[in-house]
Amino acid sequence: MLTLTQIVFLVAAAITLLASFMVVTCRSMVHAALWLIMALAGVAVFFVLLNAGFLAVVQVAVYIDAIAIMIIVVVMLTRHSMGIQDRQTNKTWWAAVIAALLMFGGLVLMFTQAPLLGAEAPALTMGSEALLEELGLALVDVDRYIVPFEVASVLLLTALVGSIIVAWPGRKSQDLEDQS
Amino acid sequence: MIPLSWYILVSAALFSIGIYGALARRNALAILMAIELMLNAVNLNLVAFWRYLTPNVVAGKVFVLVVFAVAASEVAVGLALIISIYRRRHTIAVEEIDMMKW
Repeated sequence: MLTLTQIVFLVAAAITLLASFMVVTCRSMVHAALWLIMALAGVAVFFVLLNAGFLAVVQVAVYIDAIAIMIIVVVMLTRHSMGIQDRQTNKTWWAAVIAALLMFGGLVLMFTQAPLLGAEAPALTMGSEALLEELGLALVDVDRYIVPFEVASVLLLTALVGSIIVAWPGRKSQDLEDQS
Repeated sequence: MIPLSWYILVSAALFSIGIYGALARRNALAILMAIELMLNAVNLNLVAFWRYLTPNVVAGKVFVLVVFAVAASEVAVGLALIISIYRRRHTIAVEEIDMMKW
């Protein structure tokens, strides 16, 4: 007999896997981006089921909000490059299928060796508020995770500056456009 | 309750779908999206192992936050590269972007 959380899990799993399958098979890039949003929302549901509500909020804010919107904007900017009628997969797509199946089989085989596979989730010792507070304190504590946290922020800044420079329409590229 | 193996199965399937997309698609944007799927599968695994095996250690969730930051930077740089290549070559099909191949 399935409990309510199990039903929620199965529905979310079905939606996530279907949506991610559509992401890699959809011919239209705009549709693929919209399916990607659906898959990411399914993962956010898993985060809620795993008592990680803050991560679910970050998933919505970072992935669904920022990343998906950026992808859709770039899809619209590069719309004339590849049409729906063009071939969407390369010549070695069958090798990609084999690689994906091997990966899935290997992962499942490896995980069956892992201990505690059928483990029930242990009861949390803290409430959700205390969990979030612990995470926040751990991120800024000098003795704990402040270095990875700051490295991540420097990485974000570097990526911001780097992507502006890479995408900047410099003189050279405009000259090339004039020639072509 | 949901056993840990269910989460592992879903994330393994998500990762494999992402691998297929990253290897088989011609469109550079589709490859980026498939990479996003793979990163999400990894995040799901990290959070599931945190919840089931080490709920009192905060490292699992910190690592997920770092993966979020890396994913955002990766998408920003990747999209900038795609825009730049599209501006110069008028294509985003990966086989036609072969200037560095010999």
